[in-house]
Amino acid sequence: MTRKLLLTHIDVPGIESFDIYRQKGGYRSVEKALKTMSPEDVVEEVKKSGLRGRGGAGFPTGMKWGFLAKPEGVPRYLVCNGDESEPGTFKDRFLMTKIPHALIEGMIVSSYALGAEVSYIYVRGEMMPQIRILEKAIAEAKAAGFLGKNILNSGYDLEIYIQPGGGAYICGEETALLESLEGKRGNPRIKPPFPAVSGLYGCPTVVNNVESIAATVPIINDGGEEYAKIGIDRSTGTKLISASGNINRPGVYEIELGVSVEEFIYSEEYCGGIAGGKRLKALVAGGSSVPVLPANLALKTAKGELRLMTYESLADGGFVTGSSMGSGGFIVYDEDQCIVRNTLNFTRFYHHESCGQCSPCREGTGWMEKLLQRIEYGGANMADINLLWDIQKNIDGNTICPLGDASAWPVASAIRHFRDEFEWHILNPEESQNRNFGLAHYADPLVPVS
Amino acid sequence: MLSVQENMIVEFSAEMFDQFAEIKTRYPEGKHKSALLPILHLVQAEYGWLSADAMAKVAEFLAIQPIEVFEVATFYTMFFLQPKGKYVLEVCRTGPCCLVGAEEIMAHIEMRLGVKEGEVTPDGMFSWRGVECIAACGFGPVLQIGPKYTFHEGLTKESVDQLIADLKQKAQTN
Repeated sequence: MTRKLLLTHIDVPGIESFDIYRQKGGYRSVEKALKTMSPEDVVEEVKKSGLRGRGGAGFPTGMKWGFLAKPEGVPRYLVCNGDESEPGTFKDRFLMTKIPHALIEGMIVSSYALGAEVSYIYVRGEMMPQIRILEKAIAEAKAAGFLGKNILNSGYDLEIYIQPGGGAYICGEETALLESLEGKRGNPRIKPPFPAVSGLYGCPTVVNNVESIAATVPIINDGGEEYAKIGIDRSTGTKLISASGNINRPGVYEIELGVSVEEFIYSEEYCGGIAGGKRLKALVAGGSSVPVLPANLALKTAKGELRLMTYESLADGGFVTGSSMGSGGFIVYDEDQCIVRNTLNFTRFYHHESCGQCSPCREGTGWMEKLLQRIEYGGANMADINLLWDIQKNIDGNTICPLGDASAWPVASAIRHFRDEFEWHILNPEESQNRNFGLAHYADPLVPVS
Repeated sequence: MLSVQENMIVEFSAEMFDQFAEIKTRYPEGKHKSALLPILHLVQAEYGWLSADAMAKVAEFLAIQPIEVFEVATFYTMFFLQPKGKYVLEVCRTGPCCLVGAEEIMAHIEMRLGVKEGEVTPDGMFSWRGVECIAACGFGPVLQIGPKYTFHEGLTKESVDQLIADLKQKAQTN
């Protein structure tokens, strides 16, 4: 049984209330930090834990905190990124709904570590029910003396406010999020300066994902070294995985990093296998932006080693034969799914969500969408595949923010691994309307066909 | 697109102004433009959409130019710049939901309501549209209904029919 740190008490009735959460040991980390540790001690523990940003980039959280500039007389801000919008990812919504105090507790500890006296939780606007839940949690924590002036007589003051977004994927990018929080369009900023130096209102700011902030609670309670004992190598601790697609048991699972992809898909503890006894065709392991892998490369690396749910193993082979942990948005495709159609869907998504600042992304995503429509619905020729490849290559790395890259990677990987499916669509425009290409050589080699 | 043909003159209530003022206190002195998105959500919840006049009055309250409100309202997809139905059914149309039948659900809603995406039913009750990923991929197909953004998960054609019937019932009893 997997050790749980974030979702330990998820099934306790009433855990969303302060009283029950407190009975289960909640807010101990705040007491420990404010009474026995300096802010620097807290940062040090998070560094020791090896925690990596859970929003998608996987950058070490402690190191990010260490970059925060601390000029005299200038406020510093912690902003929590709750703008969960990466297709395939729904862990933060789950956490905020079920156990909101875990986030509030983490916010207090993290704000203390950074010396922030006002912190914001930016939640996507569509999550109005979660905004109400968090507002209630904040009010409860305040009434119990864990927020406001002179928290637990430590002399430390903190206010937390919720900010709703307006429905824009791009605001999950940290500088776009800050623009949005300032009441503007969500256009990403050119970096440098990084938010650690000039962020919200031009002040030093740290932006962390919901799950990363919640993870600071067990790190402070048990110590960074204990946390780092879980997992493999530089993939420490537990991770929330959002499992969706053609599986028997979709949902949010907390895993110890290091579980194999095979176990995660097929064991009853997690996804419970492919729905309807079908076979695995493809996997998007970390949200729509990461490269899609065919079944054989999803379960084993190109070297033939078992593929593990760690930052390193999922990325093994680079983008040629590997993928990325991303946000942990784990989308499973069975043998009846069409890769071209799915790539078109994701590309339409990125075209819709491009903020329009950079030409390669603004124009390129739309162009890719048109080409993919032609391949899916007829009228394309073979040269279009190469054209599609060229366009994605010209977007990748040529934009202010990673949305451009994120639009390119799914297209590149789909062509790289499923080129014959694209060709089949072009050569058989009518047949491809009526049936899917199927598995071909990507057949899941580990599971016998019944 | 910002509709200038259709406008609606609004008069914010004292209660709304109180809420606006409370929101402003969340930000440092001089940074009250941050209040724009939360205030626009309140205005849309009250009137169902953001008319040019409503946005101009928000600008007046925040002491910013109307264009600063228009440019924000046109950027974010949650804001309606034209009148919509009383209930807007927003179905997730992104990848994972499509793996479990979102497209069939959208086709069914179009057939059941008899209007195309973005249009309003003749009785002014319903609109529908596809929206991008709403972070519920494991429970798809899903739809949400503003202004409270209630979620409806694991949709089937039958559950959608029931939902529409329930909303009609609710509107009649109100």
